[in-house]
Amino acid sequence: MDASNNYRTPLSRVRGLGSAKEGAHRFISERATGIALVPLSLWAVYAVIQVAPVGYEGAITLLQSPLNAVMASLLIFVSCVHMEAGMRVIIEDYIHKPASKIGLLLLNAGVCWLGGALGVFSILKVALLGVGA
Amino acid sequence: MPTSPHLQIWRWHITMAASIFTRATGVALYVGLFVVVAWAASLAAGPDSYDLFMGLMASWLGKLVLFGLTVSIFYHLAAGLRHLAFDSGVGFEPKTANMTAVACMAFAVVATAVVWVLAFAVGAI
Repeated sequence: MDASNNYRTPLSRVRGLGSAKEGAHRFISERATGIALVPLSLWAVYAVIQVAPVGYEGAITLLQSPLNAVMASLLIFVSCVHMEAGMRVIIEDYIHKPASKIGLLLLNAGVCWLGGALGVFSILKVALLGVGA
Repeated sequence: MPTSPHLQIWRWHITMAASIFTRATGVALYVGLFVVVAWAASLAAGPDSYDLFMGLMASWLGKLVLFGLTVSIFYHLAAGLRHLAFDSGVGFEPKTANMTAVACMAFAVVATAVVWVLAFAVGAI
């Protein structure tokens, strides 16, 4: 063994030498959001059936219930985090040219955050201000 | 060039289909979230834009999109749970993996049928 390494602990010698050097939090976040989306997506199916026949005023009334507004906001926010992670993996799997890969990863993140912000803002506007605001 | 047998070399099998469907339905739901965002934004923008959006969704094409999203939600949900089992090291025996792949597809078909019959029965369609 090289002399400069003699006094380093085993942990200090291996730290930072993993394949990607970081990223465990991405793996965990994709799965945690996936678990959260089990109840959220089932609620979404139920909510779509509820909201489909009631028209504009009915939809406003539904979203003025705090439970519905919170569930809808969470659905949009958690979905955006989850789908950003999923699409990131697809891009990393198939696109290997650095410029295209970075461009697509930025586009993916931008589209997801823009969609999430617009969706949550719209839900909150309706929930807090109601009709004709 | 791929250095190991590529897609064209492998015999088509059910776990391969299950894996491809998981990704494909994920991409479909990526688009689907923007349908939800468009719904919320049109509602926030007022009655005219909301009626326009709901009119689009009630059209033949809109219903097809919603049907596809229903299948995607249920398939991706079941496949996601299957992959959580894989992540914890469970379910890799070929027999089990084949069985759970079929189970995910069957669940998606049955749950979609139940939801659409229910939606029709309560007058949502």
